[in-house]
Amino acid sequence: MTNIKKELDIKTERMIVNMGPSHPITHGTLHIILELEGETIVGSETRIGYLHRGVEKLGENRTYQKFIPFTDRMNYTSSINNNVGYTLAVEKLLGIQSPPRAQVIEVIACELGRIADHIVCVGINAVDIGAFSAFLYLFRYREFIYDIFERMTGGRLTTSYTRIGGVKRDLDDRTIELIRQFIKEFPKAIDELEALLTRNRIWYDRTRGIGEFPAEEAISYGYTGPCLRACGVEWDLRKVQPYLGYENYEFEIPVGTRGDVYDRYLVRVEEMRQSVRIIEQAIENLPEGPVIVDDPKIALPPKEEVYNTIEGLICHMKLIMEGIKPPAGEIYSATEAANGELGFYIVSDGEARPYRIRVRPPCFPIFSSFDEQVKGHMIADAVAILGSLNIIAGELDR
Amino acid sequence: MMEGLLNPQTFMVFKVVVVFVAVLTLVALATWAERRGAAFIQDRVGPNRVALFGKIRIFGLGQPLADGLKLFFKEDVLPLNVDRVLYTIAPVISFIPATMTFAAIPFGKPFVKNGIQYFLSILPPDTNIGVLYIFALAGMGVYGIIIGGWASNNKWSILGAMRASAQVISYELAMTLAVVGVVISAGSLRLDRIIEAQNGLWNIVPQFIGAIVFFVSMFAETNRLPFDFAEGESEIIGYHTEYMSMKFSMFFLAEYANMITASGLFVTLYLGGWHFPILDSTVIGSVVAFVIKLLFVLWCFIWVRWTLPRFRYDQLMRLGWKVMLPLSLINLVIVALFYAYGG
Repeated sequence: MTNIKKELDIKTERMIVNMGPSHPITHGTLHIILELEGETIVGSETRIGYLHRGVEKLGENRTYQKFIPFTDRMNYTSSINNNVGYTLAVEKLLGIQSPPRAQVIEVIACELGRIADHIVCVGINAVDIGAFSAFLYLFRYREFIYDIFERMTGGRLTTSYTRIGGVKRDLDDRTIELIRQFIKEFPKAIDELEALLTRNRIWYDRTRGIGEFPAEEAISYGYTGPCLRACGVEWDLRKVQPYLGYENYEFEIPVGTRGDVYDRYLVRVEEMRQSVRIIEQAIENLPEGPVIVDDPKIALPPKEEVYNTIEGLICHMKLIMEGIKPPAGEIYSATEAANGELGFYIVSDGEARPYRIRVRPPCFPIFSSFDEQVKGHMIADAVAILGSLNIIAGELDR
Repeated sequence: MMEGLLNPQTFMVFKVVVVFVAVLTLVALATWAERRGAAFIQDRVGPNRVALFGKIRIFGLGQPLADGLKLFFKEDVLPLNVDRVLYTIAPVISFIPATMTFAAIPFGKPFVKNGIQYFLSILPPDTNIGVLYIFALAGMGVYGIIIGGWASNNKWSILGAMRASAQVISYELAMTLAVVGVVISAGSLRLDRIIEAQNGLWNIVPQFIGAIVFFVSMFAETNRLPFDFAEGESEIIGYHTEYMSMKFSMFFLAEYANMITASGLFVTLYLGGWHFPILDSTVIGSVVAFVIKLLFVLWCFIWVRWTLPRFRYDQLMRLGWKVMLPLSLINLVIVALFYAYGG
């Protein structure tokens, strides 16, 4: 190749293109600067911060309860997992646990959120690679999940479902029926997706060996979640540090072998099946009881008490005007969100407002390895890799 | 009265008008079928809101009309630093060959009236260059894409243009070699002879490999998914990123017109043209047979687009040079040996 170039005296130049901040594949506002030789990527630089809203700083000026809606806006494809992750952190700071029924409901909500997130990730990845129909086959069921969320929480995208010490409201019979219908119908949709993609030669060629990442390097970058498991590391916080009673459920952790786009796809598909299994077990063993702790210093009293008793009214007022006052100290609590380890680090100085809230988003460390992964691949591969890493700009920039 | 009007001159005018109108209507219908077909495949409803006079909905058939009107009234901005002349003529270069190619395709059985033979194709078949004419014009179409991408002064558009040129080189070769097989079996470049030669046995049966090569190349030739690299809307956004209004819609119309021509060509070369048992006994029946086959192939375009993911650019090259070209050569050798020694 070089000889021909010399003989004909062809001058070649590297081209620099901006992928984003507004480009169809960035799904949010990412900015990637690519250096191209023909269509091969020889260098890449990522710029983040376009969606920075200062969520962590905002948290310092609000009571613990009022930070919950901000968590919705981090990973907006599975906001319910963020809600659960945050309230678990505050509960850990307070040294309490939500009642058993609330815990099971939270597990159901988390797994539904995980499925919704994986649907978005796998679906959008398929769209980026050109398989539009596969995306819509799944998105019907994302709508279904959002309908369930609407009944459960009152919101479809921004759920704000959990409260410190429990959840906002109980599941009604119709919602349970809908969830049962969902776990019955959804596996068929996964089968349809797999029929379209898993053994599809074009899909296989487009994803196999693309963005391959060895396990040691993935760990050193701080990978978690499906992307780490695709590298072959069996690491899932639900198994290794169970929370919300995950140790009582039977499920498996799928792992890949090569850590490429294809493995990430397979891991996500299998995780959706495992999530259905968890929901099945949870919905069958839903305990009776309250869904929020009975502690007037933490949870709002029921409305009847607020309207009819003076104690109820005072508790309500104190919680709204002052908020929860956890003991001084600092904690780090991590949950397995759909995309990996979602950690909340909270420092409390004993006041009603946190001294510092720090969020450890799963996709921040993952995105930092993007430059290394795309090198030597082509533009079309960069698209596939970005889709498979599931970068959510809201969570990345916060 | 009609009998008196039927002479070669009026018939020529009649053919030109009818074919041109029919192809352009079919383009509009194809965009509608694409969206409704995609909706059907993807379990959605698709466009069904556009109503004529606010009342008649007819499955959203008014949608292409509304889209066309919308594009027509869009502001046509000339982006900064584009090559004005090339930027303006690129869609024209793309559009004109796309509508011209159909002229050579015979869409019905020739008939004799008052001792004069009438052919149902715009170009008289005895021009003797049918196949060549089509390939020459089809090859022109890509210039529109290359010039458009180059003139836009946009890096992504240049990438699209680059892909289109590379793609055309690697696919037209295989496509043309596949067609040489058909030409050998018919012994002529005339499309009507090729159709006649298929009476009783369509070419798709004896030249199955050639038919597959041609079918796959058709997708590359018309820039359709799984080979829509020049556009690649999720990767490089496309060669027509900087185009808007009617200039954009000309590229768009050209794509669909190319699809129709490619379908017509596939029907002519491999599916026996207007031949069909019983139907081809009358002239009108033969036209109907041709249109039905054409619509079926057209549906295949839509069907494949909404089923398969996109190839990668280098994978397409590999497929083109390492698989399609050898396959078409094998097909050619088999056909040639058969006609040299067997036939």
